[in-house]
Amino acid sequence: MPVYSEKVMEHFMNPRNVGEIENPDGVGEVGNPVCGDMMTFYIKVKDNRLEDIKFKTFGCGAAIAVSSMVSEMAKGKTLDEAMKITPRAVADELKGLPKQKFHCSNLGAQALNKAIKDYLDKKKGGGKK
Amino acid sequence: MRRVYLDNAATTPLLPEVREAMLPYLGEAFGNPSCLHDWGDIAREAMEDARAQVAQLIGADTEEIIFTGSGTESNNFAVKGLALAQQNKGKHVVVSAIEHFSVLHSARTLEKWGFELSLIPVDRYGMVNPDDVRKNLRKDTVLVSIMHANGEVGTIEPIKEIAKIVKEKGVVFHTDAVATAGTIPVDVKEMGVDTLSLAGNQFYGPKGVGALWVRKGVRIIPFLDGGVQEGGRRAGTENVPAIVGLGKAAELARTNMASRIKHLTQLRNRLLTELPSKIKHVMVTGHPQDRLPGHASFCVEFIEGEAMLMLLNSQGVAVTSGSACTSRALKASHVLIAMGISHELAQGSLLFSFGLDNISEDVDYVLEVLTPVVDRLRQMSPLYAKFTKTGKGGT
Repeated sequence: MPVYSEKVMEHFMNPRNVGEIENPDGVGEVGNPVCGDMMTFYIKVKDNRLEDIKFKTFGCGAAIAVSSMVSEMAKGKTLDEAMKITPRAVADELKGLPKQKFHCSNLGAQALNKAIKDYLDKKKGGGKK
Repeated sequence: MRRVYLDNAATTPLLPEVREAMLPYLGEAFGNPSCLHDWGDIAREAMEDARAQVAQLIGADTEEIIFTGSGTESNNFAVKGLALAQQNKGKHVVVSAIEHFSVLHSARTLEKWGFELSLIPVDRYGMVNPDDVRKNLRKDTVLVSIMHANGEVGTIEPIKEIAKIVKEKGVVFHTDAVATAGTIPVDVKEMGVDTLSLAGNQFYGPKGVGALWVRKGVRIIPFLDGGVQEGGRRAGTENVPAIVGLGKAAELARTNMASRIKHLTQLRNRLLTELPSKIKHVMVTGHPQDRLPGHASFCVEFIEGEAMLMLLNSQGVAVTSGSACTSRALKASHVLIAMGISHELAQGSLLFSFGLDNISEDVDYVLEVLTPVVDRLRQMSPLYAKFTKTGKGGT
């Protein structure tokens, strides 16, 4: 097995918040199958807070664990707080990621960011009407 | 929990008879075969018996066998040593696109040393077309290296036909038979090649030992310089216990080959037919018929191999994958890509390689545990979600 921490294995074996949200407030998709990993995050926002987060991930054990961890870290946070979650912070929460996998699998924070931006863009667009 | 080892392409276990044969040479029979006393004689005799056993396995003459430290060493030795020995004649080398890295990277090294390299493509089954080899032969071609069978997708190459073309042009032909020697019949004379490599841990012998067969009269530059071991072609004190084990494994392989092939083919055929019918959107990789007996390989759509491998391991099943995430270089298998398989599909590669210990119930168990593994990962996969919504992306 790859040298994964117990925490990574635990999140990989029992990932939190897997799935999709119907009529999400924001969607963020990152990665592509060529580099190996793809993540899609769905968010529901209420009172400027992430009321619900779901994800779907195509990728290795680390990619799945990262997605699960990000969703857990961000749930209930304000949008500003959630935007501040960094790949480094996610890796730290997971008690480390294999060095060579840090960049390719650690896309969760980026996907979440994209979903939040999608929400903010939509809101801005809606305000103009 | 049931434990099912299906990664015999990575390494086979050591047979008890082989271990028994090796033990004296890890104990009282510790002599150096180069020495001219009783201790040396005992070691040398055992080593020469092993040489004869290996020669018999591949229909070679005993003195044509050079022991090495691995299949990788044998391939490095052959590709670099044969090219260097002929560099005054020409500097063009031809290898297939699906060679093992020990051949492919050796050929790349030759490029850095001023040689030119042509890569022969393969079809969607991983098969080399002999005509493509013919088209790539030039006046300055000094070496062609095509593997006997590919360990990742199991396809057996038409070596005899290719050898005929290569030898008509008087070019030296090496074949990497690491996946086949000791598994299916290999006869160097019938194949018509000049050099051939094999490795012990592919047919129930020890790791860290291989051999290179070099047909009498073929010039090769030594890879390791030093003493005059192995006729001056491979210096270094021989690994006697491993060589004795390789010899014993070769003898057992030769004696039991027919029954082994029958057993492995039955298991592999079951998996090749039952897995794609049980799980949707699974593609067999490699040639459907011309493939290694114990070898069943697939691409499972919409999901990634390492994740499958980890979940299967948690159910006691050992397999391997050619996905980018499982490779240390984080690149998808060059073999699957050369076969025209997309990066996306190559990510879902799974390889099951059966061994002598496997039984039919192992196939039942794998089919039973793989189904929920695939379902679970597909439920997580954005590619599968896209496919179920739009019908796009499937093959």
